[in-house]
Amino acid sequence: MTTLAVAPGPRAGVRGTSPWLSFARRRLTRFLVSLWALVTTAFLMIQLVPGDPVRASLGLTAPVELVEARREALGLNDPVWVRYGHYLGGLFTGDFGTSMGSGQPVSQVIGDRLPATLELALPAFAVVAVLSVPLGVLFAVLTRGGRRRGAELAFTSVSVFLAAVPEFLVAVGLVALLSVRLGWFPVAGSDGASAFVLPVAALAIGPAAVLARIVRVEMLSVLGDDFIRTARAKRLPRRLVYVRHALPNALTAALTIGGLLLTSMVAGTVLVENVFAWPGLGSTIVQSILQKDYPLVQGVVLMYGVGVLLVNLLVDVVLALLDPRSTIREN
Amino acid sequence: MTATTAATAAAVPEKTGRGSPWLAAVRTPVGACSAVLLAAVVLLAVLAPLVWGDRAATVDTNAIGQGPSGAHLLGTDSLGRDIFYRTLVATRLSVGLAVVSTVIGVTAGLVLGTLPSVLPRPAGRLVTAAVNIAVAFPGLLLALFFAVIFGVGTRGATLAIAFALAPGFARLAQTLAAGVVGRDFVSAARIAGVGRFRLLVRHVLPNIGEPLVVNATIGAGAALLAFSGLSFLGIGVQAPDYDWGRLLREGLDGIYVNPAVALAPGVAVVLAGLAFNLVGETVAAVVGVRTRSAKVRDRPVPPVRTAAAGETGDESLLVVENLQVAFPGPAGWTTPVRGVSFTVRVGEAIGVVGESGSGKSLTGLAVSRLIEAPGVVTADRLDFAGTPLLTTSERELRPLLGTSLAMVFQDPMTSFNPTRRIGRQLAEVSEQHQGLSRSRALARAVDRLRAVRIPAAERRARQYPHEFSGGMRQRAMIGMGLMGQPRLIVADEPTTALDVTVQRQLLRLLARTRDAENAAILLISHDITVVAQNCDRVLVMYAGRIVEDLPTADLTSAPRHPYTRALLAATLELDTDRDAPLAVIPGRPPEPSEVPVGCAFAARCPRAADRCLAEDPVPALVGPGHRVACWHPYEDTGRESGREAVASGGAE
Amino acid sequence: MSELVFDDVSVRYGGRRGGLTAVDRVSLTVPAGQVVGLVGESGSGKSTLARAAVGLSPVTAGRVLLDGVDVRRLPQRRPLQMVFQDPYSSLDPRMSVGESISEAMPRGAHPGRAGRRAEVARLLELVNLDPGRAGMLPGQLSGGQRQRVALARALAGQPEVLIADEITSALDVSVQGAVLNLVRSVRRRLDLSMLFISHNLAVVRYISDVVAVMYLGRIVETGPAEQVLTDPQHPYTRDLLAAAPSMGADGTGDDGGPADIEPPDPHHPPSGCRYHTRCPIGPLTNAERTVCATTDPADGAIRRRHRAACHFAEGDSEHPGISAMSKGDGPL
Repeated sequence: MTTLAVAPGPRAGVRGTSPWLSFARRRLTRFLVSLWALVTTAFLMIQLVPGDPVRASLGLTAPVELVEARREALGLNDPVWVRYGHYLGGLFTGDFGTSMGSGQPVSQVIGDRLPATLELALPAFAVVAVLSVPLGVLFAVLTRGGRRRGAELAFTSVSVFLAAVPEFLVAVGLVALLSVRLGWFPVAGSDGASAFVLPVAALAIGPAAVLARIVRVEMLSVLGDDFIRTARAKRLPRRLVYVRHALPNALTAALTIGGLLLTSMVAGTVLVENVFAWPGLGSTIVQSILQKDYPLVQGVVLMYGVGVLLVNLLVDVVLALLDPRSTIREN
Repeated sequence: MTATTAATAAAVPEKTGRGSPWLAAVRTPVGACSAVLLAAVVLLAVLAPLVWGDRAATVDTNAIGQGPSGAHLLGTDSLGRDIFYRTLVATRLSVGLAVVSTVIGVTAGLVLGTLPSVLPRPAGRLVTAAVNIAVAFPGLLLALFFAVIFGVGTRGATLAIAFALAPGFARLAQTLAAGVVGRDFVSAARIAGVGRFRLLVRHVLPNIGEPLVVNATIGAGAALLAFSGLSFLGIGVQAPDYDWGRLLREGLDGIYVNPAVALAPGVAVVLAGLAFNLVGETVAAVVGVRTRSAKVRDRPVPPVRTAAAGETGDESLLVVENLQVAFPGPAGWTTPVRGVSFTVRVGEAIGVVGESGSGKSLTGLAVSRLIEAPGVVTADRLDFAGTPLLTTSERELRPLLGTSLAMVFQDPMTSFNPTRRIGRQLAEVSEQHQGLSRSRALARAVDRLRAVRIPAAERRARQYPHEFSGGMRQRAMIGMGLMGQPRLIVADEPTTALDVTVQRQLLRLLARTRDAENAAILLISHDITVVAQNCDRVLVMYAGRIVEDLPTADLTSAPRHPYTRALLAATLELDTDRDAPLAVIPGRPPEPSEVPVGCAFAARCPRAADRCLAEDPVPALVGPGHRVACWHPYEDTGRESGREAVASGGAE
Repeated sequence: MSELVFDDVSVRYGGRRGGLTAVDRVSLTVPAGQVVGLVGESGSGKSTLARAAVGLSPVTAGRVLLDGVDVRRLPQRRPLQMVFQDPYSSLDPRMSVGESISEAMPRGAHPGRAGRRAEVARLLELVNLDPGRAGMLPGQLSGGQRQRVALARALAGQPEVLIADEITSALDVSVQGAVLNLVRSVRRRLDLSMLFISHNLAVVRYISDVVAVMYLGRIVETGPAEQVLTDPQHPYTRDLLAAAPSMGADGTGDDGGPADIEPPDPHHPPSGCRYHTRCPIGPLTNAERTVCATTDPADGAIRRRHRAACHFAEGDSEHPGISAMSKGDGPL
């Protein structure tokens, strides 16, 4: 809470290491700390489950011997610190534990299911990026300075509406319309290219609408900045002013907010997979929560968490590439 | 608590003032929509279970899985229960649970967010770090995580969603609170001995309340969607209870038979979610978190104003006649520049001086054609280097203005694009207007940086703006203007943000540049001494008009307008008499939206007479190159003489 | 009437690496009933020094003494009040003028609602504002009026010493005069000691009895206002004076010299004399003056005229009063 009364001096920048190196070091440290926090939280999750997770999983009718044997096998009778150590050690060797339901190693279940989720998430990311940025920029340019109020109203209403509809409802709506009514696409499953269309659309539409809105708002705000006036004072063609001067700055701002949006898409896969019976991690996590298959839940939650951390990392790297200040500004 | 009577006295006009924006907000399309939706949702949540609760629960084995019919508006489910009524009845549980979890979540978030400011440092940092990590995870994932801990079911899901909302609100509260804590009034309260807790309650919370309420409303919408999501997944509400998510889950299986089974609860979720979002937006618009621009009605009619622009000879570089700049405001159009006329000759340095709001900067932007819509610029004549700026197309103007009109803006910290290297930002000009290749343009940029005395120009050209100091950036800005062959440099408060020693360097650089390029300068400043030191002629602006246009030599010896004199008298110098009180100008300038009929300065003027209140003075020539817009100007001897003032006032 | 003494005060922000010493071993005395004007450019640490006195910036070394008592030992509500630069940020937008002022009153000083109200009215009148404005919110006031309210609030704390941090730099000239007149008359009437901070030499000269010039966290020259400004000893003071715009002079003339050199990075202040990288009489123009780059001129400052931190300033013979006044009981 200290106030620096001193203006930032010119950063002559000869001293010390390159800002990129220290950025990489700082960002990596943050990633590792977050990862540790995630792993620890995933571990604690099981410890926090009230009652006996094995008993909860096997049901009240399970014989005491079986429960005890399973507890022993899971190491649940050891003190918390020993279990934590085992857990961390296991993670390093790729051992995520064993599913209580199927008896399969959790890592194997994840290995089976992860590709299906990625097949859904990655195209959805691409769709969001390809749709939202040009739309946001276009509508910002069209409606700047209070022009074309009709276009603004249309854009805002449509994007607000689409953003208000959650993924699973989009999915249900799409199924009802395009599959049930028109029969264009399969209702569920993951066979063939056409099976991808609806799930990817369901996943991407909401975030694309939100991001387009953010891009537009940021673009409008950047267009009001002083350096845009400078660019106009240079009498550059408007196209250059928008693309070269406004866009990168609008994107940095939009990405800072939009990063959270991309991570929410990671979670969005859970719902969409459940609508389309998609055999990915999302279906797995819900089934395992309902079946109280705690080791599996733990493993999948960890996977999703890592996915979120990776998206955040990616966003930060892109930000650093777009805006040189962010390599030193970031705390 | 303290001075309560004073507070209530203030609250009375506040209250009456508050009624109208809310009413006005409800009259907007968004406001009306949100009000209607919210009323419907609340009404249904309260009444639907009472009125239709039994009908929704009635099992009709004769009508299992039917489509829409007269008896069942949207058909029936697998037990023959009426979908329409079930959807309506589910409002209470769906909305109620969302609101409950929002309340818990926001409360938890506020506690987490404000704890760091009350806790000892290390503990506070730990809380902040935890929140920072948690906030990176999407709400649904957090909700699933907590659902594992709290267990499947209504109670577990409510807590899960509440805790999933909490980090976001904690972060929001932290950010908002940090913004308030950094402000001087909190420092002042601390100096006054106000304790931490009172500081939080009295100063911080009230100032972050409105955005928090707005976000809590939108958060309730998010909670509603998340809850339906959990119920849809089977983790939330369990049978025989049902909310919209649960109905949707049950309906999805029958979607082939009757899509309405799945769609009805879906539509309900969307409508209720929209209601929360729209209410949030409306509240935001009213409390001014985000302000919407008012509707633009018709354009203003520029008032006719006859004005002597001074002699315009062959030497004129910039001729401005009756320049007006207007902007649409919430209460109609305002005209911050109202009929400005002047001429800049080749190589001449003109100073424009005035207080904030006098229209001096807008004049600079208008003559550079940098006023964008919704602003409107009109003029009887606006010629630069013989080209009319208002009638020529932008495309045709670009090469001319790009190479012969240079700009220097006030704030060096924000005037360069932070994401591009300085050299490239300069080089752009030559690439665009002089057809230079990338590398040659860059070489010229380095050369120009050298010309404005930037040391190690080659290395500096590869740096980003944040690596430059303020003075250095202003130099680079002048260098940017020198990429072409500037004939006019418009410098808008170029040194206001700089220290005096740097200011002197920059003004010298401007003077050198003017000599080297034979460029004219339009130096806009609030500081009459800066203008007097650096210009041949001075335009004194007040409330959007030039009140006096005079050679600098006359400024100290023979200023004629009372405002010019007052400005000079109020200016502190290093030889001001320390024992005498400073001269002051009573009152303050009129707002651009409420400029009086007569002379705008009349209300503050010691010489104001009846005519000044009734009639706006027109600029009149009172000496060689010296114009004054005043009915009763001072005589040029510097001594006040009523008779002469009236005489010259009537001479126009 | 009280005396405020900065005794070898340092303020340091940040960690060991990349930290910033905003104020570096500054000793300065605000004598009882006098006005000390502190001038310097942005980044010189003048505001930080002021904030250190009221506990807003951390004193990492040295002491701030009010009548010989370390201010950290004083109760939370010190007899030291401050008026800030930005009138738009220094008043809580949600508190009425009256509430803001009465919040600053010492507890129990004006018991009862009526007592506080009367005191608010008295203070508002003191700063030439209509007492009827007590119920107004800051949003309804102009910048100059807000600054008056801020002054009234500071006075409500019954200060012995008033600190004014750039209180007129956000105001237009026509308003600046009124605020300065007010500050002067109020200070005289209440017999306050005052530390007046500004980047504007003319303003400081007008209002101060003593002037101190700060550069990069150090005070480089102090003395009676008129003397320092008419007979400056430190080359930095001379540069500041020369750079100050004035009606008579022509600012476009080029006196050559190394004036175009950039101010140094405050994170890495130059060795020896901190001004030597820009000094017109230092090693830049006189190569043999290597002492500037190697030896800190602060060490012998007490013996020089105006305590100038310059190796090439005149020795002090006729102003024993200043050195006695400025040095107090500090070490060294």
